Amino acid sequence: MEELNALFHGFAVALTPYNLVLMFIGITLGVIIGVLPGLGGANGVAILLPLTFTMSPTSAIIMLSCIYWGALFGGAITSILFNIPGEPWSVATTFDGYPMAQQGRAGEALTGAFTSSFVGALVAVLMFTFLAPLVAKFALQFGPPEFFSVYLLTFCSFVGTGKGNPFKIVAAMMLGFAMAAVGIDIVTGQLRLTFEFTELLSGFHFLVAVIGLFGIGEILLSMEEGLSFTGHSAKINPKIVLETWKKLPRYWATSIRSCIIGCWMGIIPGGATPASFMSYGVARKVSKDGAKFGTGQLEGVIAPETAAHAAGTSALLPMITLGIPGSPTAAVLLGGLLIWGLQPGPLLFVEQKDFVWGLIASMYLGNIAGLIVVLTMVPLFAAILRVPFPIIAPVIVVICAIGAFTVKNNMFDVWLMMVFGVVGYAFKKLDYPLAPMVLALVLGDSAESSFRQSMLISQGDMTVFFSNWLVGSLTGLALFALFWPLLSALIARLRTPAPGGAPG
Amino acid sequence: MSQDHDSGRGGTRTIVLDVAVAAIIFALGALVAWDSHRLGSGWSTDGPQTGYFPFYIGLITCICGAVVFVQGLLKLGTDKSVFVTHEQLKQVLVILVPSTIYVLGVQFIGIYVASAIFIGLFMRIAGHYTWLRSAAVGLGVSICTFVMFEIWFKIPLPKGPLENLLGY
Repeated sequence: MEELNALFHGFAVALTPYNLVLMFIGITLGVIIGVLPGLGGANGVAILLPLTFTMSPTSAIIMLSCIYWGALFGGAITSILFNIPGEPWSVATTFDGYPMAQQGRAGEALTGAFTSSFVGALVAVLMFTFLAPLVAKFALQFGPPEFFSVYLLTFCSFVGTGKGNPFKIVAAMMLGFAMAAVGIDIVTGQLRLTFEFTELLSGFHFLVAVIGLFGIGEILLSMEEGLSFTGHSAKINPKIVLETWKKLPRYWATSIRSCIIGCWMGIIPGGATPASFMSYGVARKVSKDGAKFGTGQLEGVIAPETAAHAAGTSALLPMITLGIPGSPTAAVLLGGLLIWGLQPGPLLFVEQKDFVWGLIASMYLGNIAGLIVVLTMVPLFAAILRVPFPIIAPVIVVICAIGAFTVKNNMFDVWLMMVFGVVGYAFKKLDYPLAPMVLALVLGDSAESSFRQSMLISQGDMTVFFSNWLVGSLTGLALFALFWPLLSALIARLRTPAPGGAPG
Repeated sequence: MSQDHDSGRGGTRTIVLDVAVAAIIFALGALVAWDSHRLGSGWSTDGPQTGYFPFYIGLITCICGAVVFVQGLLKLGTDKSVFVTHEQLKQVLVILVPSTIYVLGVQFIGIYVASAIFIGLFMRIAGHYTWLRSAAVGLGVSICTFVMFEIWFKIPLPKGPLENLLGY
């Protein structure tokens, strides 16, 4: 009951005309960001972050989270109409979405995608509303060892859920931690890793890294492919929308399954992308039309979109309650909170009720606004994609440069952005994941300070991370995730030479 | 992507770059560990020293770099996939080189003039648009950003001689 009261209060906060306008602006900007190559949720929010410094934190987070919802919606448009996933989490949407567009059912696919995104987000927000306060209350009892073990779990999950070479994942992560360590050590005041360069005194700012890695890196990748956009036109009218809506209830089982997968994958830092693939895979296996997947099945659009949105939304749960973001975009939002002077974590629910419940209310409203905006404005967004690349590319470089500069009003950051861009390009091509690197850069200082405090408590004894059932099970889980690639390889090796020929 | 004629025609092989990047990562890790060790990576009277945490970060980086390096060396003979073909590299440089010059320009002549020139020239040369359209888009974007940042949001961006002349 307490939650419901707080939620209604939150609606009162979010429903001011000013915030509503910000919501629609945010969604529209978000969809544009999601549609444009080279701009995505993470760097889009990063670039727009400085614009919100003059707003109140509540209005700012409403606008930024709406940009995030918008980017989640926007990814579906490019996947379905152009077979180009605007965002990594919409790759799975192309499998059935694009064939549908080829058959002239683009409107149906888009409506299905948007509606199921909305459903996924709504379920995740409902879960968020009731689960977040509990998690926060629970986390209030956390001490430094517990926090460090949660950090450990976050990072080890990347190894456990990642598909690539585990050593590359860890290497990318450690580079992030190393970059976070650069600058003045706040505890002892000593300079670390600055090598007498005054520019490095304040360290690497993660926003600059995000803009470079994801923005410039993505532009370089797009250029390489020599993009020529040839898309299908989208006709959405109320009739198509209503007809698609009539079909949707048939796929309720897929929706529920995808919601669960999405919520779970969003909370543990795997994020929206693996959630969408997993959900698509499961739907293909379970559905009775499974064999037809890939030829333009509505169900094949519903499954990944629902999961991606549910995951994207629930990624905010650990960010708000524990201060640990589940995705790069959530990490950028976390950085925003810090800049506005809010300390994410369990205390937020006690000290900043307006902010937290305003945010939760805006999740409901933002997704409704998002659904309206995308359903009515698809042709406009598709038109943006038809702007030729020679115009888009330099404009995005300019936007990125502005974004990088405004972080600290520092020209050095713009150069850093270019370096990060080349690094991002090379890492993408060599299969080093960028998300753990960014998260390590964001969380490096907090992870280090919780580690130091734990070490102080225990006087350097590592067994502090197994000192009670809570911290012990968290650490245990983390180690399990870390060694999972090794374990699964072992299991696979044990299974293959099994007698009986063809395995299952 | 990497058909046979691509690898025949050259371009850097992925695995060569993979090994090189692993070596760089190893070196970075060593640098981090060395500097942390210099600052003190053990215990002082009041707890862990400054380099305590980063030292291990550097160490793990080294280990990962070394493993990826060895993995790469083992595949050096067999893996023939191409990192970028010459054609792709040309495409990448088409945007990378002008962008770098652009950032240099931002430093000296301010972001607004540099942006207008960058967008205009890029459209003209890479996109073969008419001078008129190129100039219009370049100037348009520049003026929009100027209005948005300097006037609405009052966020100062790098400015050069032209803005000084106009009194900003």
